Amino acid sequence: MLRLELRPEPSRLMMFASPMLAALAMLLTGSILFSFLGQDPLQGFYVYFIKPATTLYGIGELLLKATPLTLCGVGLALGFRANVWNIGADGQLTMGAIAGGCVALYFQDVDSAWILPLMILAGALGGMAWAAIPALLRTRFNTSEILVSLMLVYVAYLYLSYLVHGPLRDPDGFNFPQSKMFADAALLPILVEGLRTNAAFLVALLLTVGAWFFSTRTFAGYRMQVSGMAPAAAVYAGFSEQRNVWLAFMISGAMAGMAGVGEVAGPIGQLQPSVSPGYGFAAIIVAYVGRLHPVGVLLAALLMSLLYIGGESAQMEMQLPSAITGLFQGMLLFYLLAADLFIHYRFKPAHSSATRATPVSRGEIAS
Amino acid sequence: MIDRAVPEPVLPSQPRLQLLGISKIYPSVVANAEVNLTVMPGEIHAVLGENGAGKSTLMKIIYGVTRPDAGEILWEGRRVTIPSPSAARKLGIGMVFQHFSLFETLTVAENISLALDEKTRPAALAPRIRRIADEYGLPIDPDRHVYSMSVGERQRVEIVRCLLQSPRLLIMDEPTSVLTPQAVLKLFESLRRLASEGCSILYISHKLDEIQTLCDTATVLRGGRVSGTAKPKQETARSLAELMIGNELPACRLSPSTPGEVRLAIRHLSLTTTDPFGTELQDINLEVRSGEIVAIAGISGNGQQELLKAISGEIPLANPGTVQLDGQDVGRLDPAKRRDLGMCFVPEERLGRGAVPELSLASNALLTGYVPSYGTGMLRRGLIQTGAVRDFARQVIDRFNVKCGDNSSLATSLSGGNLQKFIVGRETQLSPRIMVVAQPTWGVDIGASMLIRQAIIDLRDQGVAVLVLSEELEELFMMSDRIAVLADGRLSQAVPLASTSVNQIGVWMSGNFAAPNEEASDHVAA
Repeated sequence: MLRLELRPEPSRLMMFASPMLAALAMLLTGSILFSFLGQDPLQGFYVYFIKPATTLYGIGELLLKATPLTLCGVGLALGFRANVWNIGADGQLTMGAIAGGCVALYFQDVDSAWILPLMILAGALGGMAWAAIPALLRTRFNTSEILVSLMLVYVAYLYLSYLVHGPLRDPDGFNFPQSKMFADAALLPILVEGLRTNAAFLVALLLTVGAWFFSTRTFAGYRMQVSGMAPAAAVYAGFSEQRNVWLAFMISGAMAGMAGVGEVAGPIGQLQPSVSPGYGFAAIIVAYVGRLHPVGVLLAALLMSLLYIGGESAQMEMQLPSAITGLFQGMLLFYLLAADLFIHYRFKPAHSSATRATPVSRGEIAS
Repeated sequence: MIDRAVPEPVLPSQPRLQLLGISKIYPSVVANAEVNLTVMPGEIHAVLGENGAGKSTLMKIIYGVTRPDAGEILWEGRRVTIPSPSAARKLGIGMVFQHFSLFETLTVAENISLALDEKTRPAALAPRIRRIADEYGLPIDPDRHVYSMSVGERQRVEIVRCLLQSPRLLIMDEPTSVLTPQAVLKLFESLRRLASEGCSILYISHKLDEIQTLCDTATVLRGGRVSGTAKPKQETARSLAELMIGNELPACRLSPSTPGEVRLAIRHLSLTTTDPFGTELQDINLEVRSGEIVAIAGISGNGQQELLKAISGEIPLANPGTVQLDGQDVGRLDPAKRRDLGMCFVPEERLGRGAVPELSLASNALLTGYVPSYGTGMLRRGLIQTGAVRDFARQVIDRFNVKCGDNSSLATSLSGGNLQKFIVGRETQLSPRIMVVAQPTWGVDIGASMLIRQAIIDLRDQGVAVLVLSEELEELFMMSDRIAVLADGRLSQAVPLASTSVNQIGVWMSGNFAAPNEEASDHVAA
């Protein structure tokens, strides 16, 4: 019999090891799953996790999908550190895509270098506007930002759907629910010829570094951290809780909005009924797997991107159901939460049969 | 089985509990070394020692939280191992902790129901709680939620929770730190009654006068070892203290001073509360001048939290004139702006309010040191100046003798007393114009308490206006110029210390401000 005991100090080793352990456990369970589905586990493993990264094109796809995940994940992580639970990044991404897309369609006939920056700005503002609703309701009426931001995701989906079925539908598009294709000036430049990775990836890298600087070196970042760790201490020190909520929502909203522009001005190239396969939700997992640290989020986004692409290739090559991607995402988060237990606790072999694992309150241990 | 009102007959000569050569060694520190301790049935036995002397570890060993590395525990003559607190409770050992383990969102009855080893519905417990509470003079309402209770009230819950289990050995860790003098006397009566019923009591405290009134025997710990045993009633407070700290007792001195201009003024402050268990403040008036220490005595839960938050700005006030700093109306300013006007605070809760547990001491220096008018240079254009922050933390650690690894140690790794020294040191180092301190030495050992009190007195000598809220009258009488009482949301007038007495203040603390100040006026007249 083993029992858990509180570590005297949280283990730094486990803090970094736990995402690895979680990824490993996910792979093992995945292999078992493959064999239950009648596939050779090694083959499944290869198709899912190795093959996508064996070609240059595959790596390009990996970076392409990691871009919105990084953008959303970094923004969310800043908010989560401050105890502000923005669950609606996918909605903010969608609104950002709409705002950026509207700029592109409005300047359809203009060929100028400032269209792209304008689209990115519009995207950021669109995401921020959508994020402002839960922020306002939270600071004014003390509503739960989790519920409000989550429900607004579906409002944003429907709004986009209305636009592409109605006002923004391409008149020459044979009634397909989609907008005109964007002009070349409104498309993000490709980084390497032959790949689909575009300049949004560089923006994501830049913002990752910026977020790291913000959270470690600026006082605003410190205030958000204190608000998350000890709300009473933040009030005592004179940090405004309202400012904290607003800042968290504005940053994550802006970054999600830019991710939306990255999609419509990148691989999609137009507005469609759906512009995101749930990047904004997957980014929640990314933020936690990345330990809410900007660099960690970047690495986690690459892993999550692999899950998306691997899931697609598993569907194509092994005729596995599309639910497989969600399954792997869920397993990753599940195992991460389980492995995180060992940051604060460790196993202790029981001394004798008389010993029972007795819940001991923190007070008893700490006194 | 729980109402073990009649203790099992035990031979009077048989010790209830005997510890033989108990040692506990942690990787970095020897917590207990060959400790011997004998507690007889019905004996009230004091365990004295500074913070870090090994009292807590020893108690945790007895209560089954920690296992000793060596030594034997004899319970009523039988050799036992106590693997867990529930095993300890089965033997008949109860413990009142200094740090509470209560669920804030549950009611008193629900909390107690959870803590009992047998399952009892909270509703069925309520009358028993009321009975015990009445019997021992610890009024609590079983249906109240814990989150709405003050520190003092929470402690009552802890004590009642233990008494419900009719223990044969009751361990009490600093139980009186939040009680009025009258309530302490009442608690002592209860404890004596418990003892006369045959229950042994292990009483941990640093209040020497209490130990002298209450305890039959004292075991003094220093550095993990027993440095002596004594009959407290035959010792002086000084000789006990010296046994405890091993050298001469530091003292703090309050020299007479002339107060200057009014720096903090509270005028007709009334505050209704939305919290159903909060205390409404009624027409509070107070002035604190430069170079004086004004004390507010009173038990937590009488409006202390509300008053502190109104002064600090954590509760914004409707009328700007109700709080004035240096003659300026600040009632509507937020805490940051009030800090900017030169106000500093030491809050009652250290971890989670006065300091962020998971941050380093250096980062905790930034928590309040950022204010521009303090002139610490910790921020430049919104960027944290790591060098300035570390220097500041280092100065505080050196000047206040904070025992810690270095300025990168986490706040949560410090003992309560050391963290309090750091927080008081931080606020002092910011050269405030007005300093508000709540419960400056709650749970802090005697040596550190003296240091903290002296630091506060030094501030006053430098011309700072100081307001101290405390439940410890002894402390307030040691370090204040004027004293007022906050009871049931009303503040008495602040009277010079020389014109009042502990008894008088004690009567005021029960809410009866009208009681004539006879004894004191006689004293002055004479």
